[in-house]
Amino acid sequence: MKGWLLHHRKAAEQALHRLVATPVNTLLSAMVVGIALALPAGGNMLLVNVQQLAQRIAAAPQLSVFMSLESGKKEVDETESRLRHHPQVRDVRFVPREDTLRRLKQSEGIGEVIESLPRNPFPDAFVVLPRSETPEALETLRAEFVKYPGVEHVQLDSAWVQKLDALLRLARLAVTLLAAALGTALVAVTFNTIRLQILTQDAEIEVSRLLGATDAFIRRPFYYFGALQGLAGGAVAWLVVLCTTLLLRGPVSELASLYGVGFTLYVLPLPESILLFALAALLGWMGAWLSLSRHLHD
Amino acid sequence: MIRFEQVDKRYPGGITALADLTLSIESGEMVILSGHSGAGKSTLLKLIPAIERPTQGMVIVNGQNVSALKRAAVPYLRRNLGVIFQDQKLLYDRSVFNNVMLPLAIAGVPPRDAGRRVRAALDKVGLLDREKAMPVALSGGEQQRLAIARAVVARPSILVADEPTAHLDDDTARDIVAVFRSFNQVGVTVLVATHHEALFAPNMTRRITLSHGRLAQ
Repeated sequence: MKGWLLHHRKAAEQALHRLVATPVNTLLSAMVVGIALALPAGGNMLLVNVQQLAQRIAAAPQLSVFMSLESGKKEVDETESRLRHHPQVRDVRFVPREDTLRRLKQSEGIGEVIESLPRNPFPDAFVVLPRSETPEALETLRAEFVKYPGVEHVQLDSAWVQKLDALLRLARLAVTLLAAALGTALVAVTFNTIRLQILTQDAEIEVSRLLGATDAFIRRPFYYFGALQGLAGGAVAWLVVLCTTLLLRGPVSELASLYGVGFTLYVLPLPESILLFALAALLGWMGAWLSLSRHLHD
Repeated sequence: MIRFEQVDKRYPGGITALADLTLSIESGEMVILSGHSGAGKSTLLKLIPAIERPTQGMVIVNGQNVSALKRAAVPYLRRNLGVIFQDQKLLYDRSVFNNVMLPLAIAGVPPRDAGRRVRAALDKVGLLDREKAMPVALSGGEQQRLAIARAVVARPSILVADEPTAHLDDDTARDIVAVFRSFNQVGVTVLVATHHEALFAPNMTRRITLSHGRLAQ
């Protein structure tokens, strides 16, 4: 056990030594790997941010039930009581047409337009919070409410969230594909540097074999080399994402506040950072493994 | 200790390096292997650490049938042998000290212990004051002594050397022979292939002569 640990420590030291011995090469490889990784990592971070924003804007899906302009108080009351007693409805809020008019008169831009209208163009409305938030349940409720007498139109307010959700799923898939493609690039870069390493360490490999080195002994430093190079690339990617986030933070908050939303880009959190580093190291290790099985002959 | 039983070695292309070779070397012996160029001396030596495998027959080292050894077991065989190669195979990118350190690093000897043993080995061949030098800075005789130090640092029971005195002047060659003799005197079995039989005091040393891959009578 102690000998095994010693072998690993030596191999790691040797790998580190080789990386430090050629600083320019090491730096260039780390940049290539890092920038390749920064794209999917940054894309992922943006997606997570957008998703969080979407969740905050539309906390819970709701249905807006609009009465027709001709319907009287009786129909409105009836509808209200039916909605209130519906088993699938969690909460109902009545929005009288006068309130809507008053609110919109105060809002900037369209206030004057509304003022000039001869009569109140807004219907009475109910905002309904359903118990179940699945798209199917919402659709069933919508179909049911629209048949109530005096109801003109039922709108699913969460429809756009669902569309956004689908869009985000698509974007996530794209980022995953991008990650796969660029991960392959990382493996290829390591594959090549390890090939060069094997060529330059040719004498050492041969002599070590003659002196009784096992395959594992010979391969170990290369595995560490690949993993460390991957890790260095991961660090570059992490820094790129961090810098980009910090640079974008101010402008994004400004933009968001123009739309009346308080929003700050959040930086890569710890678990995702660890995942990024681990993945980079793993891909480097894989590149080393591929290269060793291809280039290290007995 | 080392036994060859009806060993044939043919290289691809139909070249027969060894034919029906049977010989045995006892523990603690010092044996000189002589013969003309191409007689099969190097091939014979390469069969012992399983660098080459016999086409037919058995090679037995320390009671182990080397010719049938699994690939994964070969490293452990080699760790118990001290081999000095014809072209020395020193590593020119590291110091004398680190060249001798390599077999111990491979065997997983703890660093402090290893350092002591490296210095002891360098001391035995008279290179202790050159431990920080790089191999290119050494003379031919010093390089050969470095190769010997690396071969003996893991304290093998068998020492095998291929032409260790080639390209050396007589005085230096005599030094090298003395080093081998001193290892033999402490019980190491020594097998040396050489053209310089005269240097090894032939009357005191057993001699095996090869001719065209067979024992010469």
